[in-house]
Amino acid sequence: MRYVYRKVIFYVVALWVAITLNFAIPRMMPGNPAETIFASHAQQLQSNPHALAAIEAALGLSHDPMPLQYWHYLVNLAHFDFGVSFSEFPTHVSTIIVQSLPWTLFLVGIASVLAWVLGTGFGILTAWRRGGILDSTLPGITIFTHSLPNFWLGLLLLYVLAFILGWFPTSHAYDVGLQPGFSLQFFGSVLYHAILPALTLIIVTVGGWLLGMRNVMINTLAEDYITMAQAKGLSDRRVMFGYAARNALLPQITGLAMSLGFLVGGQVLIEDVFSYPGVGYLLANAVGQEDYPLIQALLLIIVVCMLVANLAVDLLYARLDPRVRNT
Amino acid sequence: VQGPSHKIGRPETDMLGTTVGRSAPEAPGPGAGTPVPAAPLTVRQTPRLGVPTWLGTLMSDRKAAIGIAIMAFFLLVGIVGPLIWRGDPMAADYTIRPQQPPSAPHWLGTDQQSHDVFLQMVDGTLPTIGVGVAIGACTTALAILVGLTAGSVGGVVDEALMLLANIVLVFPGFPLIVVVASWIHVRNDLPIIAVISLTGWAWGARVLRSQAMSIRSKDFVLAAIVSGETRRRIIFNEVMPNMISLIASSLIGTIVFGIMAAAGLQFLGFGNLNEVNWFTILYWAQNASALQTGAWWTFVPSGLCIALVGTALSLINYGIDEISNPRLRVEKVRAPKRAMAPTKAPAPVGKAVAR
Repeated sequence: MRYVYRKVIFYVVALWVAITLNFAIPRMMPGNPAETIFASHAQQLQSNPHALAAIEAALGLSHDPMPLQYWHYLVNLAHFDFGVSFSEFPTHVSTIIVQSLPWTLFLVGIASVLAWVLGTGFGILTAWRRGGILDSTLPGITIFTHSLPNFWLGLLLLYVLAFILGWFPTSHAYDVGLQPGFSLQFFGSVLYHAILPALTLIIVTVGGWLLGMRNVMINTLAEDYITMAQAKGLSDRRVMFGYAARNALLPQITGLAMSLGFLVGGQVLIEDVFSYPGVGYLLANAVGQEDYPLIQALLLIIVVCMLVANLAVDLLYARLDPRVRNT
Repeated sequence: VQGPSHKIGRPETDMLGTTVGRSAPEAPGPGAGTPVPAAPLTVRQTPRLGVPTWLGTLMSDRKAAIGIAIMAFFLLVGIVGPLIWRGDPMAADYTIRPQQPPSAPHWLGTDQQSHDVFLQMVDGTLPTIGVGVAIGACTTALAILVGLTAGSVGGVVDEALMLLANIVLVFPGFPLIVVVASWIHVRNDLPIIAVISLTGWAWGARVLRSQAMSIRSKDFVLAAIVSGETRRRIIFNEVMPNMISLIASSLIGTIVFGIMAAAGLQFLGFGNLNEVNWFTILYWAQNASALQTGAWWTFVPSGLCIALVGTALSLINYGIDEISNPRLRVEKVRAPKRAMAPTKAPAPVGKAVAR
């Protein structure tokens, strides 16, 4: 249990650091958002001397002493109040995030799991048949696909498959004309729009899983108990999956859990390329429009998800690997 | 863009008990029952024509040799190219209309501003690789500093540094980079390098730390401690030389990470637009809606070259892996005679794995 306590304490400390950094970083940066808005609308606002103060008040910016601001920030966080978005002014930040979160979870979630299953499966096969056809081609190919800049691949697929061939839609998550709802037509449209971005993600990430699984599997296959299992005359399939892959999977499972933690961060570049209305697209836009409350809230949510995923991994490890529990 | 942490699951010495994935140099030889042809572990070639031994060793691995060849090609083009194909890549050719497809005078066509894409590619080679190397060097230097200190000193220092590393590690790499880059309004290479390095060192530090810890308990280090060597000397003269292959692969990995992250940042508009490199070529192509207008030549070469450089560096890294872990080398050890059973999804591991 000591292991679990230590982990939980670490995550509490990490959470506090994340929250505090999130408070501190924007305030350490030069300028403030009200001045930015004031500067960009200087002509219209110049006639009104109270404009700057009015903007600051509207955006909830204060000149209180830092400790007081920090306290208000913590209180607001406890109420899940992230403030009001600058770019879509009266809308609350939390409303905007809640709208885009499902899209990212859907797209990146499906793509991550598919890439993991494909990569792990082929990793097992390539390691099992060393020097076979798969083993002499797949690692090389996937090292290349793993090195492709994902946004570039996305644009290329968009160009060839959507613009030239017209097989896929070029942007958004569903047909604009459709009413979101529980209809077959809507779900079909959602799937149809997800294919290209998901394909891009899978192509770029599958290599990491494959090569990782292959390396661990090769090391596992050299263990004595594998030789023992084969000497006993167990079927290849049983040795491959029940003995070798089963143990080699541990780091892969950790990796999957970690990447599911990253999931909420979305894929900023991919979502941007395909104008997919997820968290990543939201973040890219928020950054472009200097929407500080939105940026802050997004970062915080992403970090919290990472922390939860990591904690889950650590606890899962204690469950799966008895050696961890005993330390 | 994926952080270096994505490469192989989560090879963690302190949790798994054994290093998984990233091979430890002292990895035990192939299993007792496995018939392995007696392959020489390290091919110690005599230095010919001043070729350093480590390069010879690397070149003996096929993956690494291909990677080195590709990198040599790009470096050659980057250094010699601008001398052969003289001309200002920013000089607009107004005799033709913008965005012309590849032709004899313009091998890779021209972009929106009638700049020659081929000249831009050649001139941008060194700056592109340079940004990557700078990011890789800074990131790895930070990782060495933190990892080696934590692993060699131990105690409270170790605990504190690892807490810091673990906290940095849970911050989302690319979103954080984007946000910080947007706050820093300076537009040149330095902030980009700083931001990516400061968010990317933690993984390497953790890997190097576990390695340093295992080396620290070796006899020769204990001997150095007993003979009264200074702590700094022990860290840098006794421990670090035994981690060179790990440091090298960490450096190469972070260079790839740096190039990818810088490309992504530039694509979103946070970068140095005054410079000609492959990232800015991509940015301007996207800015001019090159794909919608069908001007693939402004767009395909730069992305492809980034991918090739990434591939080459990764190949070198896998080569280092294969050299330091003989098990990974391709040997026809385990080709089953029987036809293989149809592939199915891997067996579930939910039930206890090692009971």
